[in-house]
Amino acid sequence: MPDNQTTTRKAAALAAFQGLEHEPGVAKPDAILTADNVVRRFGGLTAVDVGHVEIQRGSITALIGPNGAGKTTFFNQLTGFDTADAGSWSFNGKAMNGVPAHKVARSGMVRTFQLTKALSKLTVMENMRLGAQGQKGENFFRALIPGSWRGQEDEITKRAEELLVRFKLDAKSEDFAGSLSGGQRKLLEMARALMVNPELVMLDEPMAGVNPALTQSLLGHVKDLREQGMTVLFVEHDMDMVRDISDWVIVMAQGAIIAEGPPDSIMSDHRVIDAYLGAHHDAPLSEEELQQQLHEAEAALEAEAAEEEAAK
Amino acid sequence: MDWLTILTTTVHAAIGWEVVVYGLAAIGVNIHFGYTGLLNFGQAAFMAVAGYGLAVTIVVIGLPFWVGILVGLAGAVLLALLLGVPTLRLRADYLAIVTIAAAEIIRLIFRSVAFKETFGGSDGRRGFNNDFYEINPFPPGHYGIGPFGFNERTFWLLVVGWVTLAVCCAVVYLLMKSPWGRVLKAIREDEEAVRSLGKNVFSYKMQSLILGGVIGALGGFFYGLYNGSVQPDVFGTEMTFFAYTIVILGGAARVLGPVVGAMVFWVLFVFIGNFLSEAVRAGYITVITETQVGPIRYALVGLGFILLLVFRPQGIFGDKREIALDAR
Repeated sequence: MPDNQTTTRKAAALAAFQGLEHEPGVAKPDAILTADNVVRRFGGLTAVDVGHVEIQRGSITALIGPNGAGKTTFFNQLTGFDTADAGSWSFNGKAMNGVPAHKVARSGMVRTFQLTKALSKLTVMENMRLGAQGQKGENFFRALIPGSWRGQEDEITKRAEELLVRFKLDAKSEDFAGSLSGGQRKLLEMARALMVNPELVMLDEPMAGVNPALTQSLLGHVKDLREQGMTVLFVEHDMDMVRDISDWVIVMAQGAIIAEGPPDSIMSDHRVIDAYLGAHHDAPLSEEELQQQLHEAEAALEAEAAEEEAAK
Repeated sequence: MDWLTILTTTVHAAIGWEVVVYGLAAIGVNIHFGYTGLLNFGQAAFMAVAGYGLAVTIVVIGLPFWVGILVGLAGAVLLALLLGVPTLRLRADYLAIVTIAAAEIIRLIFRSVAFKETFGGSDGRRGFNNDFYEINPFPPGHYGIGPFGFNERTFWLLVVGWVTLAVCCAVVYLLMKSPWGRVLKAIREDEEAVRSLGKNVFSYKMQSLILGGVIGALGGFFYGLYNGSVQPDVFGTEMTFFAYTIVILGGAARVLGPVVGAMVFWVLFVFIGNFLSEAVRAGYITVITETQVGPIRYALVGLGFILLLVFRPQGIFGDKREIALDAR
């Protein structure tokens, strides 16, 4: 049964992308997140300048690009962790620009961080419980009456236990999160984000600093999110991972989106190659260099000719 | 050597008014710093606002005692809001700078010549604790065992003080066991992560600042009620740093840490001071004079705390595993 579902979910996601143009900002059949003209400047540097982009519901979309392309900054704008200078974006049709980070999370758009933020001196279980929304005991006055939140706390604990079993962290549930390994922290952060019951999960470099043994298990969990009906948008550098799990790839460079396309063909797109290697990566850099190259070629030819002469 | 004096003063210090005042201040600091990670270096200002709120309401305006208490508490809440709105969005170290400056500003306002009519300048205000002692249910006499004990006034203050301490500890215990306390502790660890999980971090930090400030304010009341007066220079930075020392001594983020920390702090302080004076007077120590005992006991108490931080960095009640996590 799960296998069957796997194929249908994956197939549905892939079908949605069938026949789409490979142009930046191409319209998707059912967009969960739409952004228009998002600009973020740091002094004279324009870190993000995204014209238009849509994220397809129920798919795994990868956001790639060379270092400094503005991927994480774009993430920060969308999730309210930084204020954009201009632009608008909407999640499920609801305008999200200017909405503070905690309200973005409450509306179902939850992110993780490039540098994992495990809450070290809280146990793994407490980390998980924190993710649950609408907790009665988080109100100051109700907190003083344990009876008013105990019942809800038990439900939350049960849900957290189930997630921990799924992420194979159940044995660690009473350990401090600070005592986990880097990979386990990534797992915990992902599991904790799921406690929020998100519709869109935004993962910022989920594989950074994870040992290869855990990579496969993390990949499985990311795919699993789609199977449960969630949408995933993730930033990643590891191209093998991008090829393996994503249904669609968006490429950023110098703050702008330069190309979109399916993972198997995106890396052969000339715009992407130019972004990673430079548009003139095989051309000389300056007039002097051009001259120098000509001289070198001439010298080599002359040397060859001289050698031939000597051989005679 | 008068060992009996040394012994009785030391025992009195363990349960005396200083423990009540500094214990309450430290419970507040523990909520700010221990649980929420807010470096509030202006705790003395909350105590000053409460003490002066009580004194000025009674002495200058002439309103009853309970109104004075309400004014003091309202002053503490207002101060928390005033301090919090601009500063709680700042990073921890900036908050420390702003709060210590704010506390000094408040002390200087209470001390200023311009407001002498209201706050009494550097002399402060006195004569506002009669109402408190009039409701004393204990008849005059000696309360205690043998040489250890207090008169009815001090005893009444201590009973109220220790009940207040117990209630505050119970409130902290309940809160920190609850999901509310969990959010606070999570903010201490990483507020961005908490924000990403849909919690309004600013609101929780504000609640923490108000709660800790109000509990500190209770300490300010007891200072005024015991001494019968408030002076601006009492509420200097030293008071805040004593409260921090007590929190670290008892173990940060532990319910009973501040109370036991305050007891140990004052026992050490009083014992070392009296022991040295007696020893000098009896001629056992000749290298220092009696007037030098005061400064030297500060140095010795300081040395004690350095040794504590070296050998038991987690404090009396702290968990060594938590400290070990910081080293990773």
